[in-house]
Amino acid sequence: MSLLDIDVREKAFGKTIVLHDIKLSLDDSQAAVLLGPSGCGKSTLLRIAAGLDKQFSGSVSVKTGQDGNTKSPPVAFVFQEPRLMPWLTVSQNIGFADGAKYDTGRVNGLIADVGLTGHAATLPKALSGGMAQRVAIARALYTEPRILLLDEPFSAVDAFTRMKLQDLVLKLVEQRGISFLLVTHDIDEALYLGDRIYVMGAGDGGIQHDLSVDVPRPRDRRAARLAELKSDVLTALQAAHVI
Amino acid sequence: MTISTHEFRGEAQDEQIKTRSSRASSRIIAKIVSVDLRGAIVPVGALALLELFVRMGWISPYVLPPPSDLYETFLYLAEGPLWTNIGASALRVLTGFVIGSLLAVIVGSVVGLWYSAERYLEPSFQALRAVPSLAWVPLLMIWFGIGETSKIVLIAKSAFFPVYLSLFSGIRNVDRKLVEVGEMYRQPLPVLVWRILIPASLPHLFTGLRYGLSLAWLSVVAAELLAASEGIGYMLSDGRELSRPDLVLIAIICLAVLGKVSDSLFKLIEDRCLSWRDSYATAIGGRPA
Ligand SMILES: Nc1ncnc2c1ncn2[C@@H]1O[C@H](COP(=O)(O)OP(=O)(O)O)[C@@H](O)[C@H]1O
Ligand SMILES: [Mg+2]
Repeated sequence: MSLLDIDVREKAFGKTIVLHDIKLSLDDSQAAVLLGPSGCGKSTLLRIAAGLDKQFSGSVSVKTGQDGNTKSPPVAFVFQEPRLMPWLTVSQNIGFADGAKYDTGRVNGLIADVGLTGHAATLPKALSGGMAQRVAIARALYTEPRILLLDEPFSAVDAFTRMKLQDLVLKLVEQRGISFLLVTHDIDEALYLGDRIYVMGAGDGGIQHDLSVDVPRPRDRRAARLAELKSDVLTALQAAHVI
Repeated sequence: MTISTHEFRGEAQDEQIKTRSSRASSRIIAKIVSVDLRGAIVPVGALALLELFVRMGWISPYVLPPPSDLYETFLYLAEGPLWTNIGASALRVLTGFVIGSLLAVIVGSVVGLWYSAERYLEPSFQALRAVPSLAWVPLLMIWFGIGETSKIVLIAKSAFFPVYLSLFSGIRNVDRKLVEVGEMYRQPLPVLVWRILIPASLPHLFTGLRYGLSLAWLSVVAAELLAASEGIGYMLSDGRELSRPDLVLIAIICLAVLGKVSDSLFKLIEDRCLSWRDSYATAIGGRPA
Protein backbone atom coordinates (compact mmCIF):
# COMPACT_ATOMS: atom_id res chain seq x y z
CA MET A 1 0.00 0.00 0.00
CA SER A 2 1.23 3.47 -0.82
CA LEU A 3 1.09 6.45 1.44
CA LEU A 4 -1.99 7.77 -0.32
CA ASP A 5 -4.31 5.84 -2.62
CA ILE A 6 -7.04 7.65 -4.49
CA ASP A 7 -9.62 5.69 -6.42
CA VAL A 8 -12.48 7.78 -7.73
CA ARG A 9 -15.04 5.74 -9.64
CA GLU A 10 -17.27 8.71 -10.26
CA LYS A 11 -17.69 12.27 -9.12
CA ALA A 12 -20.53 14.38 -10.43
CA PHE A 13 -21.93 17.82 -9.74
CA GLY A 14 -25.61 17.42 -10.39
CA LYS A 15 -25.83 15.70 -13.75
CA THR A 16 -22.35 16.60 -15.02
CA ILE A 17 -19.76 13.95 -14.41
CA VAL A 18 -16.48 15.65 -13.57
CA LEU A 19 -14.27 12.69 -12.74
CA HIS A 20 -14.52 9.01 -13.45
CA ASP A 21 -12.24 6.03 -13.06
CA ILE A 22 -9.24 7.83 -11.70
CA LYS A 23 -6.62 5.90 -9.80
CA LEU A 24 -3.66 7.64 -8.35
CA SER A 25 -1.19 6.79 -5.64
CA LEU A 26 1.52 8.61 -3.82
CA ASP A 27 4.58 6.90 -2.33
CA ASP A 28 6.82 7.89 0.52
CA SER A 29 8.85 11.03 -0.22
CA GLN A 30 7.38 11.22 -3.69
CA ALA A 31 6.61 14.39 -5.59
CA ALA A 32 3.60 13.88 -7.83
CA VAL A 33 2.15 16.53 -10.08
CA LEU A 34 -1.28 16.59 -11.64
CA LEU A 35 -1.18 18.61 -14.84
CA GLY A 36 -4.25 19.58 -16.76
CA PRO A 37 -6.27 22.39 -18.26
CA SER A 38 -8.60 24.60 -16.32
CA GLY A 39 -11.91 22.93 -15.46
CA CYS A 40 -10.75 19.34 -15.90
CA GLY A 41 -11.40 18.52 -12.27
CA LYS A 42 -7.99 18.88 -10.66
CA SER A 43 -9.22 20.85 -7.68
CA THR A 44 -12.14 18.47 -7.27
CA LEU A 45 -9.80 15.49 -7.19
CA LEU A 46 -7.54 17.15 -4.66
CA ARG A 47 -10.46 18.08 -2.43
CA ILE A 48 -11.61 14.48 -2.53
CA ALA A 49 -8.12 13.36 -1.57
CA ALA A 50 -8.15 15.81 1.35
CA GLY A 51 -11.51 14.56 2.59
CA LEU A 52 -13.10 17.97 2.03
CA ASP A 53 -15.56 16.53 -0.47
CA LYS A 54 -17.20 13.25 0.43
CA GLN A 55 -19.92 13.24 -2.24
CA PHE A 56 -18.25 10.80 -4.60
CA SER A 57 -18.16 7.10 -5.26
CA GLY A 58 -14.85 5.43 -4.72
CA SER A 59 -12.32 5.46 -1.93
CA VAL A 60 -9.36 7.33 -0.55
CA SER A 61 -6.97 5.68 1.85
CA VAL A 62 -4.22 7.36 3.76
CA LYS A 63 -1.59 5.31 5.56
CA THR A 64 -1.32 6.62 9.10
CA GLY A 65 1.94 6.54 10.98
CA GLN A 66 3.13 3.45 12.87
CA ASP A 67 3.16 5.47 16.07
CA GLY A 68 -0.61 5.64 15.70
CA ASN A 69 -0.47 9.40 15.94
CA THR A 70 -4.05 10.23 15.13
CA LYS A 71 -4.10 13.61 16.80
CA SER A 72 -3.01 15.60 13.79
CA PRO A 73 -4.25 14.54 10.37
CA PRO A 74 -1.37 13.27 8.21
CA VAL A 75 -2.57 15.34 5.26
CA ALA A 76 -2.24 19.11 4.90
CA PHE A 77 -3.58 21.37 2.19
CA VAL A 78 -2.26 24.51 0.55
CA PHE A 79 -5.05 26.26 -1.32
CA GLN A 80 -4.84 28.34 -4.43
CA GLU A 81 -5.50 31.45 -2.36
CA PRO A 82 -3.65 31.90 0.95
CA ARG A 83 -6.95 31.74 2.91
CA LEU A 84 -5.43 33.35 5.98
CA MET A 85 -7.76 34.43 8.77
CA PRO A 86 -7.66 38.22 8.37
CA TRP A 87 -8.11 38.79 12.13
CA LEU A 88 -5.08 36.70 13.10
CA THR A 89 -1.42 37.66 12.94
CA VAL A 90 1.10 35.67 10.92
CA SER A 91 2.05 33.60 13.99
CA GLN A 92 -1.55 32.92 14.94
CA ASN A 93 -2.37 31.92 11.38
CA ILE A 94 0.52 29.49 11.25
CA GLY A 95 -0.49 27.92 14.55
CA PHE A 96 -4.18 27.98 13.60
CA ALA A 97 -4.61 24.22 14.06
CA ASP A 98 -3.99 24.63 17.80
CA GLY A 99 -5.88 27.88 18.26
CA ALA A 100 -4.68 30.22 20.98
CA LYS A 101 -2.35 27.69 22.58
CA TYR A 102 -0.15 27.05 19.59
CA ASP A 103 3.46 25.91 19.92
CA THR A 104 5.40 29.18 19.78
CA GLY A 105 8.73 27.48 19.21
CA ARG A 106 7.48 25.54 16.22
CA VAL A 107 5.75 28.60 14.77
CA ASN A 108 8.89 30.72 15.10
CA GLY A 109 10.91 27.97 13.43
CA LEU A 110 8.47 27.90 10.52
CA ILE A 111 8.47 31.69 10.22
CA ALA A 112 12.24 31.55 9.82
CA ASP A 113 12.00 28.59 7.42
CA VAL A 114 9.65 30.40 5.06
CA GLY A 115 11.69 33.60 5.25
CA LEU A 116 9.28 35.82 7.14
CA THR A 117 11.45 36.65 10.13
CA GLY A 118 10.25 39.90 11.67
CA HIS A 119 6.67 39.49 10.45
CA ALA A 120 5.36 37.34 13.31
CA ALA A 121 2.92 40.00 14.48
CA THR A 122 1.91 41.28 11.04
CA LEU A 123 -1.75 41.10 10.00
CA PRO A 124 -2.59 39.52 6.62
CA LYS A 125 -3.76 42.83 5.17
CA ALA A 126 -0.17 44.05 5.29
CA LEU A 127 1.27 41.04 3.43
CA SER A 128 2.00 40.77 -0.28
CA GLY A 129 0.56 37.85 -2.21
CA GLY A 130 3.81 35.94 -2.09
CA MET A 131 4.27 36.54 1.64
CA ALA A 132 0.70 35.44 2.34
CA GLN A 133 1.29 32.22 0.44
CA ARG A 134 4.46 31.64 2.49
CA VAL A 135 2.33 31.90 5.62
CA ALA A 136 -0.14 29.43 4.11
CA ILE A 137 2.69 26.99 3.43
CA ALA A 138 3.98 27.37 6.98
CA ARG A 139 0.47 26.82 8.34
CA ALA A 140 0.19 23.59 6.36
CA LEU A 141 3.54 22.37 7.70
CA TYR A 142 2.68 23.28 11.30
CA THR A 143 0.74 20.04 11.86
CA GLU A 144 3.80 18.06 10.70
CA PRO A 145 1.93 16.25 7.94
CA ARG A 146 3.31 13.36 5.91
CA ILE A 147 1.43 14.40 2.81
CA LEU A 148 1.03 17.87 1.40
CA LEU A 149 -1.68 18.58 -1.16
CA LEU A 150 -1.20 21.80 -3.11
CA ASP A 151 -3.82 23.27 -5.44
CA GLU A 152 -2.15 25.62 -7.89
CA PRO A 153 -0.43 27.28 -4.95
CA PHE A 154 1.72 29.62 -7.02
CA SER A 155 -0.69 30.63 -9.75
CA ALA A 156 -1.54 34.00 -8.24
CA VAL A 157 2.02 35.29 -7.85
CA ASP A 158 4.44 36.77 -10.36
CA ALA A 159 6.96 34.59 -12.21
CA PHE A 160 9.94 35.47 -10.01
CA THR A 161 8.10 34.94 -6.74
CA ARG A 162 6.76 31.69 -8.17
CA MET A 163 10.26 30.30 -8.78
CA LYS A 164 11.32 31.27 -5.28
CA LEU A 165 8.27 29.66 -3.74
CA GLN A 166 8.79 26.49 -5.78
CA ASP A 167 12.33 26.21 -4.44
CA LEU A 168 11.08 26.94 -0.95
CA VAL A 169 8.51 24.16 -1.06
CA LEU A 170 11.04 21.70 -2.47
CA LYS A 171 13.50 22.54 0.30
CA LEU A 172 10.92 22.28 3.07
CA VAL A 173 9.42 18.97 1.97
CA GLU A 174 12.86 17.45 1.38
CA GLN A 175 13.99 18.44 4.88
CA ARG A 176 10.92 16.84 6.39
CA GLY A 177 10.57 13.81 4.10
CA ILE A 178 7.06 14.86 3.08
CA SER A 179 5.37 13.55 -0.06
CA PHE A 180 3.34 15.98 -2.06
CA LEU A 181 0.70 16.00 -4.71
CA LEU A 182 0.60 19.29 -6.52
CA VAL A 183 -1.95 20.46 -9.04
CA THR A 184 -0.94 22.87 -11.76
CA HIS A 185 -1.62 23.98 -15.30
CA ASP A 186 1.98 25.14 -15.76
CA ILE A 187 4.10 22.61 -17.68
CA ASP A 188 7.44 24.07 -16.54
CA GLU A 189 6.31 23.98 -12.94
CA ALA A 190 5.21 20.36 -13.30
CA LEU A 191 8.58 19.35 -14.75
CA TYR A 192 10.61 21.29 -12.23
CA LEU A 193 8.77 19.96 -9.18
CA GLY A 194 7.56 16.48 -10.06
CA ASP A 195 9.07 13.03 -9.85
CA ARG A 196 5.99 11.83 -11.60
CA ILE A 197 3.54 13.77 -13.73
CA TYR A 198 -0.04 12.80 -14.41
CA VAL A 199 -1.55 14.52 -17.42
CA MET A 200 -5.31 15.00 -17.29
CA GLY A 201 -7.46 15.50 -20.36
CA ALA A 202 -10.13 18.11 -20.81
CA GLY A 203 -13.67 17.41 -19.62
CA ASP A 204 -13.94 14.12 -17.74
CA GLY A 205 -11.12 12.68 -19.81
CA GLY A 206 -9.33 11.28 -16.75
CA ILE A 207 -5.61 10.69 -16.55
CA GLN A 208 -4.43 10.41 -20.13
CA HIS A 209 -0.76 9.98 -19.65
CA ASP A 210 1.85 9.74 -16.93
CA LEU A 211 5.56 10.11 -17.05
CA SER A 212 8.54 10.03 -14.69
CA VAL A 213 10.93 12.91 -14.58
CA ASP A 214 14.34 11.30 -14.50
CA VAL A 215 16.27 14.44 -13.68
CA PRO A 216 18.27 14.45 -10.43
CA ARG A 217 17.79 17.19 -7.87
CA PRO A 218 18.60 19.94 -7.45
CA ARG A 219 17.37 20.59 -10.95
CA ASP A 220 18.46 23.31 -13.29
CA ARG A 221 15.48 25.01 -14.88
CA ARG A 222 17.53 25.27 -18.08
CA ALA A 223 18.47 21.56 -18.22
CA ALA A 224 18.24 20.06 -21.71
CA ARG A 225 16.51 16.95 -20.34
CA LEU A 226 13.66 19.10 -18.98
CA ALA A 227 13.21 20.63 -22.42
CA GLU A 228 13.00 17.15 -23.97
CA LEU A 229 10.43 16.08 -21.40
CA LYS A 230 8.49 19.24 -22.04
CA SER A 231 8.05 18.25 -25.67
CA ASP A 232 6.81 14.83 -24.49
CA VAL A 233 4.28 16.52 -22.24
CA LEU A 234 3.17 18.80 -25.06
CA THR A 235 2.68 15.77 -27.28
CA ALA A 236 0.63 14.11 -24.56
CA LEU A 237 -1.48 17.23 -24.11
CA GLN A 238 -2.05 17.40 -27.83
CA ALA A 239 -3.08 13.76 -27.91
CA ALA A 240 -5.50 14.48 -25.07
CA HIS A 241 -6.96 17.31 -27.16
CA VAL A 242 -6.06 19.81 -24.46
CA ILE A 243 -4.15 22.00 -26.88
CA MET B 1 0.23 65.20 -31.86
CA THR B 2 -0.23 66.55 -28.38
CA ILE B 3 1.17 64.94 -25.34
CA SER B 4 -0.76 65.52 -22.19
CA THR B 5 0.87 64.90 -18.87
CA HIS B 6 -0.79 64.20 -15.61
CA GLU B 7 1.15 65.01 -12.51
CA PHE B 8 0.39 64.45 -8.89
CA ARG B 9 2.25 64.71 -5.68
CA GLY B 10 2.43 62.05 -2.98
CA GLU B 11 0.17 62.98 -0.10
CA ALA B 12 1.69 60.73 2.49
CA GLN B 13 5.17 62.18 3.00
CA ASP B 14 4.40 65.45 4.71
CA GLU B 15 1.67 63.97 6.84
CA GLN B 16 3.81 61.06 7.97
CA ILE B 17 6.67 63.33 8.89
CA LYS B 18 4.29 65.53 10.84
CA THR B 19 2.69 62.67 12.78
CA ARG B 20 5.98 60.99 13.48
CA SER B 21 7.30 64.12 15.15
CA SER B 22 4.24 64.53 17.37
CA ARG B 23 3.43 62.29 20.30
CA ALA B 24 0.67 59.71 20.11
CA SER B 25 -1.57 61.39 22.68
CA SER B 26 -1.43 64.79 21.04
CA ARG B 27 -2.14 63.08 17.74
CA ILE B 28 -5.36 61.58 19.12
CA ILE B 29 -6.42 64.93 20.58
CA ALA B 30 -5.63 66.64 17.29
CA LYS B 31 -7.75 64.07 15.48
CA ILE B 32 -10.76 64.51 17.77
CA VAL B 33 -10.53 68.30 17.67
CA SER B 34 -10.18 68.48 13.91
CA VAL B 35 -13.13 66.15 13.35
CA ASP B 36 -15.33 67.87 15.93
CA LEU B 37 -14.66 71.35 14.58
CA ARG B 38 -15.83 70.42 11.13
CA GLY B 39 -18.84 68.59 12.52
CA ALA B 40 -19.75 71.63 14.64
CA ILE B 41 -20.11 74.05 11.74
CA VAL B 42 -23.70 73.06 10.92
CA PRO B 43 -25.19 73.09 14.46
CA VAL B 44 -23.33 76.25 15.51
CA GLY B 45 -24.38 77.99 12.32
CA ALA B 46 -28.00 76.94 12.83
CA LEU B 47 -27.98 78.22 16.41
CA ALA B 48 -26.51 81.57 15.36
CA LEU B 49 -29.15 81.99 12.66
CA LEU B 50 -31.90 81.01 15.08
CA GLU B 51 -30.73 83.57 17.66
CA LEU B 52 -30.63 86.20 14.93
CA PHE B 53 -34.14 85.41 13.64
CA VAL B 54 -35.72 85.51 17.09
CA ARG B 55 -33.90 88.72 18.02
CA MET B 56 -35.06 90.33 14.79
CA GLY B 57 -38.61 89.39 15.71
CA TRP B 58 -39.10 87.13 12.70
CA ILE B 59 -39.88 84.16 14.92
CA SER B 60 -41.85 84.35 18.15
CA PRO B 61 -39.89 83.14 21.19
CA TYR B 62 -43.00 81.21 22.27
CA VAL B 63 -42.72 79.10 19.16
CA LEU B 64 -38.98 78.73 19.12
CA PRO B 65 -37.01 80.07 22.08
CA PRO B 66 -33.65 81.61 21.14
CA PRO B 67 -30.49 79.66 22.01
CA SER B 68 -29.64 82.13 24.76
CA ASP B 69 -32.91 81.32 26.54
CA LEU B 70 -32.28 77.64 25.99
CA TYR B 71 -28.92 78.02 27.65
CA GLU B 72 -30.54 79.62 30.71
CA THR B 73 -33.12 76.85 30.89
CA PHE B 74 -30.32 74.36 30.58
CA LEU B 75 -28.38 75.97 33.45
CA TYR B 76 -31.53 75.92 35.55
CA LEU B 77 -32.25 72.26 34.74
CA ALA B 78 -28.63 71.28 35.25
CA GLU B 79 -28.95 72.22 38.91
CA GLY B 80 -31.90 69.93 39.39
CA PRO B 81 -33.68 67.19 37.52
CA LEU B 82 -31.71 67.05 34.26
CA TRP B 83 -29.08 64.56 35.41
CA THR B 84 -31.63 62.35 37.12
CA ASN B 85 -33.63 62.24 33.91
CA ILE B 86 -30.61 61.52 31.74
CA GLY B 87 -29.42 58.89 34.20
CA ALA B 88 -32.82 57.20 34.28
CA SER B 89 -33.06 57.02 30.50
CA ALA B 90 -29.46 55.91 30.04
CA LEU B 91 -29.87 53.15 32.59
CA ARG B 92 -33.00 51.90 30.85
CA VAL B 93 -31.29 51.96 27.48
CA LEU B 94 -28.25 50.16 28.81
CA THR B 95 -30.25 47.44 30.58
CA GLY B 96 -32.64 46.88 27.71
CA PHE B 97 -29.90 46.94 25.10
CA VAL B 98 -27.69 44.47 26.97
CA ILE B 99 -30.57 42.05 27.54
CA GLY B 100 -31.90 42.37 23.98
CA SER B 101 -28.57 42.04 22.23
CA LEU B 102 -27.40 39.15 24.41
CA LEU B 103 -30.56 37.22 23.56
CA ALA B 104 -30.09 38.16 19.92
CA VAL B 105 -26.52 36.87 19.90
CA ILE B 106 -27.65 33.54 21.33
CA VAL B 107 -30.67 33.12 19.07
CA GLY B 108 -28.83 34.50 16.02
CA SER B 109 -25.98 32.01 16.46
CA VAL B 110 -28.38 29.10 16.80
CA VAL B 111 -30.49 30.08 13.80
CA GLY B 112 -27.41 31.01 11.78
CA LEU B 113 -25.73 27.67 12.40
CA TRP B 114 -28.61 25.23 12.21
CA TYR B 115 -30.61 25.38 9.07
CA SER B 116 -33.44 23.42 10.68
CA ALA B 117 -33.71 26.04 13.42
CA GLU B 118 -34.09 28.57 10.65
CA ARG B 119 -37.01 26.61 9.19
CA TYR B 120 -38.77 26.63 12.55
CA LEU B 121 -38.00 30.12 13.75
CA GLU B 122 -37.39 32.45 10.82
CA PRO B 123 -41.00 32.78 9.59
CA SER B 124 -42.22 33.69 13.08
CA PHE B 125 -39.41 36.19 13.54
CA GLN B 126 -40.15 37.79 10.21
CA ALA B 127 -43.78 38.20 11.18
CA LEU B 128 -42.97 39.55 14.65
CA ARG B 129 -40.49 41.98 13.16
CA ALA B 130 -43.23 43.44 10.98
CA VAL B 131 -45.16 44.58 14.08
CA PRO B 132 -44.20 48.15 15.05
CA SER B 133 -42.63 48.31 18.50
CA LEU B 134 -45.29 50.68 19.79
CA ALA B 135 -48.04 48.18 19.08
CA TRP B 136 -46.67 46.06 21.91
CA VAL B 137 -46.92 48.83 24.47
CA PRO B 138 -50.52 48.27 25.58
CA LEU B 139 -49.91 44.56 26.00
CA LEU B 140 -46.66 45.15 27.86
CA MET B 141 -48.49 47.52 30.19
CA ILE B 142 -51.21 44.96 30.87
CA TRP B 143 -48.60 42.31 31.60
CA PHE B 144 -45.95 44.26 33.46
CA GLY B 145 -47.73 47.41 34.59
CA ILE B 146 -46.36 50.87 33.91
CA GLY B 147 -43.15 50.31 35.89
CA GLU B 148 -39.61 49.66 34.76
CA THR B 149 -40.19 46.12 33.47
CA SER B 150 -42.46 47.04 30.59
CA LYS B 151 -40.03 49.76 29.46
CA ILE B 152 -37.01 47.47 29.60
CA VAL B 153 -38.85 44.74 27.71
CA LEU B 154 -39.81 47.20 24.98
CA ILE B 155 -36.23 48.46 24.65
CA ALA B 156 -34.80 44.93 24.68
CA LYS B 157 -37.25 43.90 21.99
CA SER B 158 -36.25 46.86 19.81
CA ALA B 159 -32.55 46.09 20.19
CA PHE B 160 -33.08 42.40 19.57
CA PHE B 161 -34.03 42.38 15.90
CA PRO B 162 -31.23 44.37 14.27
CA VAL B 163 -28.64 42.43 16.27
CA TYR B 164 -30.28 39.10 15.49
CA LEU B 165 -30.60 39.85 11.79
CA SER B 166 -27.06 41.11 11.37
CA LEU B 167 -25.51 38.18 13.20
CA PHE B 168 -27.65 35.71 11.29
CA SER B 169 -26.66 37.13 7.92
CA GLY B 170 -23.08 37.58 9.14
CA ILE B 171 -22.79 33.89 9.92
CA ARG B 172 -24.44 32.91 6.65
CA ASN B 173 -22.07 35.12 4.68
CA VAL B 174 -18.83 33.85 6.18
CA ASP B 175 -16.46 32.85 3.39
CA ARG B 176 -16.81 29.12 2.84
CA LYS B 177 -13.15 29.03 1.91
CA LEU B 178 -12.14 30.07 5.42
CA VAL B 179 -14.45 27.50 6.99
CA GLU B 180 -12.79 24.86 4.82
CA VAL B 181 -9.44 25.65 6.39
CA GLY B 182 -10.91 24.67 9.74
CA GLU B 183 -12.50 21.56 8.27
CA MET B 184 -9.10 20.56 6.93
CA TYR B 185 -7.95 20.30 10.56
CA ARG B 186 -11.03 18.23 11.46
CA GLN B 187 -12.13 20.94 13.87
CA PRO B 188 -15.50 20.20 15.47
CA LEU B 189 -18.37 22.66 15.07
CA PRO B 190 -17.93 24.55 18.38
CA VAL B 191 -14.27 25.16 17.51
CA LEU B 192 -15.18 26.29 14.00
CA VAL B 193 -17.75 28.66 15.49
CA TRP B 194 -15.34 30.15 17.99
CA ARG B 195 -12.29 30.41 15.76
CA ILE B 196 -13.82 31.24 12.38
CA LEU B 197 -17.55 32.00 12.29
CA ILE B 198 -17.70 34.45 15.19
CA PRO B 199 -14.64 36.53 14.28
CA ALA B 200 -15.61 36.52 10.61
CA SER B 201 -19.11 37.77 11.35
CA LEU B 202 -18.02 40.47 13.81
CA PRO B 203 -18.19 43.27 11.23
CA HIS B 204 -21.83 42.41 10.54
CA LEU B 205 -22.55 42.03 14.23
CA PHE B 206 -21.17 45.48 15.06
CA THR B 207 -23.35 47.10 12.44
CA GLY B 208 -26.35 45.42 14.04
CA LEU B 209 -25.29 46.39 17.55
CA ARG B 210 -24.95 50.04 16.65
CA TYR B 211 -28.30 50.04 14.92
CA GLY B 212 -29.83 48.21 17.88
CA LEU B 213 -28.46 50.87 20.21
CA SER B 214 -30.06 53.65 18.19
CA LEU B 215 -33.38 51.80 18.27
CA ALA B 216 -33.00 51.38 22.02
CA TRP B 217 -32.83 55.17 22.40
CA LEU B 218 -35.85 55.48 20.17
CA SER B 219 -37.87 53.10 22.32
CA VAL B 220 -36.85 54.61 25.62
CA VAL B 221 -38.38 57.90 24.53
CA ALA B 222 -41.56 56.21 23.34
CA ALA B 223 -41.88 54.29 26.58
CA GLU B 224 -41.23 57.34 28.75
CA LEU B 225 -43.59 59.54 26.76
CA LEU B 226 -46.41 57.16 27.54
CA ALA B 227 -45.84 56.70 31.23
CA ALA B 228 -42.93 57.72 33.39
CA SER B 229 -42.05 59.96 36.28
CA GLU B 230 -38.48 60.53 35.19
CA GLY B 231 -36.39 60.25 32.07
CA ILE B 232 -35.87 62.30 28.95
CA GLY B 233 -39.22 61.21 27.54
CA TYR B 234 -40.80 62.50 30.73
CA MET B 235 -39.07 65.86 30.15
CA LEU B 236 -40.63 65.92 26.70
CA SER B 237 -44.17 65.29 27.90
CA ASP B 238 -43.65 67.70 30.77
CA GLY B 239 -42.60 70.39 28.31
CA ARG B 240 -45.68 69.78 26.22
CA GLU B 241 -48.05 69.95 29.18
CA LEU B 242 -46.47 73.19 30.40
CA SER B 243 -46.25 74.59 26.85
CA ARG B 244 -42.54 75.10 27.33
CA PRO B 245 -40.77 74.57 23.97
CA ASP B 246 -37.46 75.27 25.70
CA LEU B 247 -37.86 72.17 27.88
CA VAL B 248 -38.73 70.09 24.84
CA LEU B 249 -35.76 71.40 22.90
CA ILE B 250 -33.35 70.75 25.76
CA ALA B 251 -34.64 67.18 25.91
CA ILE B 252 -34.17 66.81 22.15
CA ILE B 253 -30.64 68.16 22.33
CA CYS B 254 -29.88 65.77 25.19
CA LEU B 255 -31.12 62.88 23.06
CA ALA B 256 -28.99 63.96 20.12
CA VAL B 257 -25.88 64.30 22.28
CA LEU B 258 -26.45 61.02 24.14
CA GLY B 259 -27.14 59.14 20.94
CA LYS B 260 -24.05 60.53 19.30
CA VAL B 261 -21.82 59.89 22.32
CA SER B 262 -22.99 56.33 22.82
CA ASP B 263 -22.61 55.58 19.13
CA SER B 264 -19.11 57.08 19.07
CA LEU B 265 -18.11 54.97 22.04
CA PHE B 266 -19.35 51.92 20.22
CA LYS B 267 -17.52 52.96 17.08
CA LEU B 268 -14.35 53.20 19.12
CA ILE B 269 -14.80 49.64 20.39
CA GLU B 270 -15.62 48.49 16.88
CA ASP B 271 -12.48 50.05 15.45
CA ARG B 272 -10.45 48.36 18.17
CA CYS B 273 -11.96 44.94 17.53
CA LEU B 274 -11.92 45.17 13.76
CA SER B 275 -8.56 46.79 13.13
CA TRP B 276 -7.70 43.74 11.02
CA ARG B 277 -10.22 44.72 8.36
CA ASP B 278 -8.72 45.63 5.03
CA SER B 279 -11.57 47.75 3.80
CA TYR B 280 -12.10 51.07 2.16
CA ALA B 281 -13.22 52.58 5.47
CA THR B 282 -10.07 51.58 7.34
CA ALA B 283 -7.92 52.71 4.44
CA ILE B 284 -9.38 56.23 4.36
CA GLY B 285 -9.47 56.30 8.16
CA GLY B 286 -5.74 56.91 8.11
CA ARG B 287 -5.93 59.61 5.46
CA PRO B 288 -5.45 63.24 6.32
CA ALA B 289 -8.05 64.67 3.89
N1 LIG C 1 -19.25 23.28 -6.35
C1 LIG C 1 -19.43 22.99 -7.66
N2 LIG C 1 -20.67 22.91 -8.17
C2 LIG C 1 -20.87 22.61 -9.46
N3 LIG C 1 -19.88 22.40 -10.35
C3 LIG C 1 -18.62 22.48 -9.91
C4 LIG C 1 -18.32 22.78 -8.54
N4 LIG C 1 -16.98 22.79 -8.40
C5 LIG C 1 -16.49 22.50 -9.61
N5 LIG C 1 -17.44 22.30 -10.52
C6 LIG C 1 -17.26 21.95 -11.94
O1 LIG C 1 -16.41 20.86 -12.00
C7 LIG C 1 -15.47 21.00 -13.03
C8 LIG C 1 -14.08 20.83 -12.48
O2 LIG C 1 -13.79 21.89 -11.60
P1 LIG C 1 -12.39 22.02 -10.89
O3 LIG C 1 -12.10 20.77 -10.17
O4 LIG C 1 -12.43 23.27 -10.07
O5 LIG C 1 -11.40 22.21 -12.12
P2 LIG C 1 -9.86 22.63 -12.14
O6 LIG C 1 -9.41 22.77 -10.75
O7 LIG C 1 -9.19 21.56 -12.89
O8 LIG C 1 -9.81 23.93 -12.88
C9 LIG C 1 -15.71 22.35 -13.66
O9 LIG C 1 -16.40 22.14 -14.86
C10 LIG C 1 -16.57 23.06 -12.69
O10 LIG C 1 -17.50 23.87 -13.35
MG1 LIG D 1 -8.73 24.49 -9.68
